[in-house]
Amino acid sequence: MNRAAGVFATPLGRISATIVATYVLAAALAPVLAPYGPEAGDLAQRLAPPSAQHWFGTDSLGRDILTRTLYGARVSLLVGILTVAITAAFGTVVGAVGGFYRGAFDAVVGRVTELLLAFPYLIFAIGMMAFLGPGFANLVAALSLKGWVEFYRLARGETLDQGQREYVEASRALGQKRPRTLFREVLPNVLPAISVLSTLRIGYFMVLEASLSFLGVGIPPNIPAWGSMISEGRGVLFIAWWVSTIPGIALLVLVLAINLLGESLQEVYAPRNKRRGFARPAVGKVR
Amino acid sequence: MRLTKLLERVLSAIPVALGVAVLAFMFLRFLPGDPVEIMLGDTQVSQQQLDSLRSQLHLDKPLLAQLGIFLSGLIRGDLGVSIVKNAPVAKLIGDTLPATIELTIATVLVGILIAMPVGIISAVRAGSWLDRTALSGALVGISMPAFWFGLLMILLFAVELRVLPTSGRIAATMVVDKTTGFMLVDTLLAGNLKAFGGALKHLILPALTLGVVFAAVLARVVRTSMLEVLGKDYVTTARAKGLREWGVILKHALRNALIPALTVTGLQFGELLGGNMIVETVFAWPGLGRLVVSSIFARDYVVVQAAVMLYALTYVGANLVVDALYTLLNPRISL
Repeated sequence: MNRAAGVFATPLGRISATIVATYVLAAALAPVLAPYGPEAGDLAQRLAPPSAQHWFGTDSLGRDILTRTLYGARVSLLVGILTVAITAAFGTVVGAVGGFYRGAFDAVVGRVTELLLAFPYLIFAIGMMAFLGPGFANLVAALSLKGWVEFYRLARGETLDQGQREYVEASRALGQKRPRTLFREVLPNVLPAISVLSTLRIGYFMVLEASLSFLGVGIPPNIPAWGSMISEGRGVLFIAWWVSTIPGIALLVLVLAINLLGESLQEVYAPRNKRRGFARPAVGKVR
Repeated sequence: MRLTKLLERVLSAIPVALGVAVLAFMFLRFLPGDPVEIMLGDTQVSQQQLDSLRSQLHLDKPLLAQLGIFLSGLIRGDLGVSIVKNAPVAKLIGDTLPATIELTIATVLVGILIAMPVGIISAVRAGSWLDRTALSGALVGISMPAFWFGLLMILLFAVELRVLPTSGRIAATMVVDKTTGFMLVDTLLAGNLKAFGGALKHLILPALTLGVVFAAVLARVVRTSMLEVLGKDYVTTARAKGLREWGVILKHALRNALIPALTVTGLQFGELLGGNMIVETVFAWPGLGRLVVSSIFARDYVVVQAAVMLYALTYVGANLVVDALYTLLNPRISL
């Protein structure tokens, strides 16, 4: 029954799935795999270029970049997956209920989302983080507070569309309770689109987290995160290219693999949507 | 678009803008820390001075009264005065906005110049190696964190090749009279070609960074909409009439394929006008985005409030313009 497995039918799908799986494993096993401690700095080895000892070189405190990049994967993956789990669950339920029942609830939520959309995401997140203070949970909260809107809009649109179908009318004619129709009949048909958006949004949230950490309002500096590592490397860009470059490549490859996975998933579920640029709002840039 | 419809759209944007104003006001008021103390930093002041500063900022009044003062100021076009930067907010925004507009126009131009040919050729030669290369390139561009891409550009063009400057709008040694605030225009008005070249060089890296990432999004949109249009009957008819292939593509297909591309470009324009916080930070570009980021960190409420209002208005405005252009390109769409 699991159509999602169709992702593995294409070489591109298999490659991207393998890359993502490798990252997840590397993040989980970071303490075992990493050659050094994430905070262990050797001041004699400051800004050492890539070598046999330090494959990816060291930063300005003499910390091993490979080690910190491995640990950084934990932050990125956790932020991406947790934020998507929260926003997808909340946005989908609110959107499906709004699109199914319409009425006052739908109208009110619609206005709220318009307000949230008029706020640029990055300003919203920077402001929230300035309010909450840097930290992992705060970051997920700040991202979630606005991130659910995309899921809401997709779920509402799909539910509106499904609501017109004959099977909904049929279940009503059969005397089925409305909530049961929504959750047992309509929602399963909305989920494929949601799962595509979820995949694409993981990459988006990871870039957003890195941007905030880059600005110094994301993950606190004592936890290795790719965004703050890139930011640290900015000061020494002219003498040590590897400090910023390596974590950036790690981020790019992971986001690319996730986006590829999302596109493969989309092709499996809804090839017709491809022509309509269905993925556009999901993959975007961070401002 | 009929005038009444347009008016209706404009009016319906007002509550959204008002809501954003209230939201911006509220959420900045809840930031921890006493704004006055943070603004003053380590400077020693008497309690009396503190109090007078508070009353100057209306911070001694109840929250609702503060909101009233803010909103009535907005209506009068008075954005307030920044104590941190000791200047009227309208002037601060006016000083930074031209830099952001300049960067926005350059970015959109770079994006269009790359994306249109790539998207069109990709669609016409769908499935070819050219198409596949373009598609993969676009996906990489979409996945690229812009701030990191900016650093890579600095690494390549400034550190390795040493051909382009890394930050600011013009070399500190060049003095250009400010007339419009647009560096490229001002240098030309002054007849200073050397400064014009310098300003252009400063613009290249940030515009390329943002432009390439935007081109990735736009090229995909152009490709998909071209593909769709090329399958339509009227394109077949045009071909059957014996028109030259590129004539069919550029005259018949492109016009209709442009609509989705226009939406994306218009929205991008609106978003960029708000200033790109990240890329402006990377390239020390003195635009609106950097002003907002530094103001958030400095708790400079008055500036952030005004800027967020401006964002919301540009966002709503860009949506409106895009809708209006829709009807021009395709008269069958009515709002």
